[in-house]
Amino acid sequence: MVNYYKGANQLDNTYAIEMLNITKRFPGIIANDNVSLQLRKGEIHALLGENGAGKSTLMSVLFGLYQAEEGIIKKDGVEVHINDPNDANALGIGMVHQHFKLVECFTVLDNIIMGVEPVGALGILQKRQAREKVMAISEKYGLHVDPDALVRDISVGMQQRTEILKMLYRENEILIFDEPTAVLTPQEIEDLMQIMRNLVKEGKSILFISHKLAEIMAVSDRCTVLRKGKHVGTVDTNKTSMEELSAMMVGRNVNFHVQKGPAKLGEVVLEVSGITVASKVHKNNAVKKVSFKVRRGEIVCIAGIDGNGQTELVHGITGLEPLVEGKIKLCGQDISNASIRQRNVKGMSHIPEDRHKHGLILDYSLEDNLILETYFQPRFTSKAGFLKRDNIRDYSEKLIEQYDVRSSQGPATRARSMSGGNQQKAIVAREIDKNPELLVAVQPTRGLDVGAIEYIHHQLIAQRDDGKAVLLVSLELDEVMDIPDRILVMYEGEIVGQFDPKKTTEEELGLYMAGAKRMEVKA
Amino acid sequence: MKKNFFRREGVQSLLASLICILLGLFIGYIVLLIINPKGAFTAIMTVVKNFFTYSKPSAQAKYLGNTLVKSAPLLMCALSIMFAYKVGLFNIGASGQYCAGTCACLYAALKWHWSWLGCLALAILAGAAFGAVVGLLKSYCNVNEVISGIMLNWIILYGTNMLLTQVKEPTSPYTYPVRAEAPQALLPTLGLGTIFNNNIYVTIAIPLAIIMAIAIMIILDKTRFGYELKATGFNRSAAKYCGMAEKRNIILTLAISGALAGMGASLLYQTGFVQWECTTSSVPAMGFNGIAATFLGGLNPIGTIFSSYFIQHITAGGAYVDKTMYCSQISDLISALIIYLCGFVLFLKFAMNRILDRWEEKKRLAQASAEKGGNV
Repeated sequence: MVNYYKGANQLDNTYAIEMLNITKRFPGIIANDNVSLQLRKGEIHALLGENGAGKSTLMSVLFGLYQAEEGIIKKDGVEVHINDPNDANALGIGMVHQHFKLVECFTVLDNIIMGVEPVGALGILQKRQAREKVMAISEKYGLHVDPDALVRDISVGMQQRTEILKMLYRENEILIFDEPTAVLTPQEIEDLMQIMRNLVKEGKSILFISHKLAEIMAVSDRCTVLRKGKHVGTVDTNKTSMEELSAMMVGRNVNFHVQKGPAKLGEVVLEVSGITVASKVHKNNAVKKVSFKVRRGEIVCIAGIDGNGQTELVHGITGLEPLVEGKIKLCGQDISNASIRQRNVKGMSHIPEDRHKHGLILDYSLEDNLILETYFQPRFTSKAGFLKRDNIRDYSEKLIEQYDVRSSQGPATRARSMSGGNQQKAIVAREIDKNPELLVAVQPTRGLDVGAIEYIHHQLIAQRDDGKAVLLVSLELDEVMDIPDRILVMYEGEIVGQFDPKKTTEEELGLYMAGAKRMEVKA
Repeated sequence: MKKNFFRREGVQSLLASLICILLGLFIGYIVLLIINPKGAFTAIMTVVKNFFTYSKPSAQAKYLGNTLVKSAPLLMCALSIMFAYKVGLFNIGASGQYCAGTCACLYAALKWHWSWLGCLALAILAGAAFGAVVGLLKSYCNVNEVISGIMLNWIILYGTNMLLTQVKEPTSPYTYPVRAEAPQALLPTLGLGTIFNNNIYVTIAIPLAIIMAIAIMIILDKTRFGYELKATGFNRSAAKYCGMAEKRNIILTLAISGALAGMGASLLYQTGFVQWECTTSSVPAMGFNGIAATFLGGLNPIGTIFSSYFIQHITAGGAYVDKTMYCSQISDLISALIIYLCGFVLFLKFAMNRILDRWEEKKRLAQASAEKGGNV
């Protein structure tokens, strides 16, 4: 039975979990500063905050990965100590991590029972029992999975359902979802929300971590907002608005829309004709005969769900992966087989998707990272092959100043010790200062806070207004709708739709991104 | 904020190395105690003293010279491993490349009667060639350099034994002495031996090795080439992204690493100090000791000069341990123990930082609570 008591005489067991006055410090920062979170039984409670607001830290404290220095955790009104994830599990707390923790070469059923395998005499697995239990749970909550399929063969949505089944199989009562919608199509998100509603109907309590306001408004009962490690407030979702939530999250009113003038199109800078790129993950091609053009003075955005070939497309264009077939022209010159260095020199800049893997050498200083693509030029290297350290220092100081890259020790700061936003600013500075003809920006705002996102959007638009061609790849619908002058939707390695952002809706894009609709697109 | 003295990279490296040395000596002492408690302290002191065992300064100088002669090749092997390590590669094949260098310089000296410079050059080339093989396999076939390096070690070893059998003494398994058979291949001494009580084995090998250490430091820190190599080592994907020829860099690195090891062999065998035993059934330990010297030297070329000397010092010192109390293998065992502990430098640095983190955190917390007026 679920009871809600309000006011002074609350019964202790109203709350499934209470985290009271939690403080957790890391060297140099207070990740959680006197944060409280109360999860009622049978509610969906959203936890909202920007990156670095302390959401993950708070959940890690609850899950036993970190110990709080101050504050207490109560379960059903009784104080508990959670020292490691096993304790959390014993208390019925389960978590679906943002990056699934599944064994790819095991079946769905094996993944679900892993760690709590039912064994009979002599340690022999008794899978039939387990299968019956899994099927019963799956039916009860509408979690459709194929128990005998290998995890690597099933869709991301089904992998997520497997993760949820894992929690339910362990009879967890408190379910934590860490940004569960990031990898799903709009349709799969709708299914997930229905599942979440079913779960609370059966008495489970859900903590839902997200920074997507629309989803929070749609599915949660209450919402706790964190900002810079502090508890800003907890509100009833049906008594608030997206504007209020975002103001709480950011601390000021955010302009959701970027101001920009009309595009002034020039000649074609990038011409991609019929390119095919092989996949590194499976045997099929990740990009299949894609053609499009990007002109001077426009931003073209490749939209789509993660994993539909966008990464490989960019790798093909920038030269990180060879083309199977097709041609790429940059300013009229064929660069299909050019090396990465040649493409760079001919005016291609690339803000990579993964700034730690490709964008930076984390153990190099900031100044050494800023010359990563220009170090061989005579201004930085003498004829004898010695680096001109003074010039490098002057140049990096100029860029740091101009692009407002903040770091503790200026040019000598190790890139690893910088914040994500400033690392990205450093990459943007390096790529834009090369004065490219074409700027390829792949998820340039991923993981950044609102301030840094605004900054990077302004830089992209400034490049476009400066007569450069910009190719943007984005997974964020807000960004897709706001920044580009033209949207190309990619689905399973093909361009399946072309839209004017002013004349389309997120719903329409969603149908194309999910493969439900397609149109012929001519380059 | 003032940087903590113990946070400095140089201070940490030096401290960690010294702690490792003391720890190694201590454990060596414990082992000696277990075997025979009576002579343990004398024995460990003998290891530390090495040539100071001799009371006459002239003898001391002579045996210091001998230790230095063997330090030079060790330094080259350490440089070889360090150079590869800076580029993110673990060149465990340095032993084999050293062995290839041995084969090349001895064969050229004894069979073809080449001059010293020719023999030296051939040894460098041989080492570089085998380094390049590992590099090619690594960059084009993605074969782990440790696996291919180790397996190649054995191929090189038996190849060396086979080739050098052609120039061995008929009655012993040893190659002809270079001093007697091929004096033209001896490295010039430039009169350096006179400093060490006319030690004839002291040659330009010693200053040459030190010059190489300095050259390596300059290449890594000051040049575009070093910038590229280190970038490839730290992050191969990023190096590729920014247009560096990351495959070429890997091959080049391992070739240079191999060249350094090969040169090391020439710097020892062309002094005439030792002869190759054609029935050797294990790869020369020089390359493996080089790993310890690299880490003990804090991965710094200059530090490596001192650590190589130290390791050679205790290895030589081990030979003076009283054989009536301990079996003859004890000297190797003790030096091996100390060398093993030398590999713990990185771990110790890590531990030191952890302790510092905790200490600073405590101090900060105390400060914070003091500011609050003791209100925690």
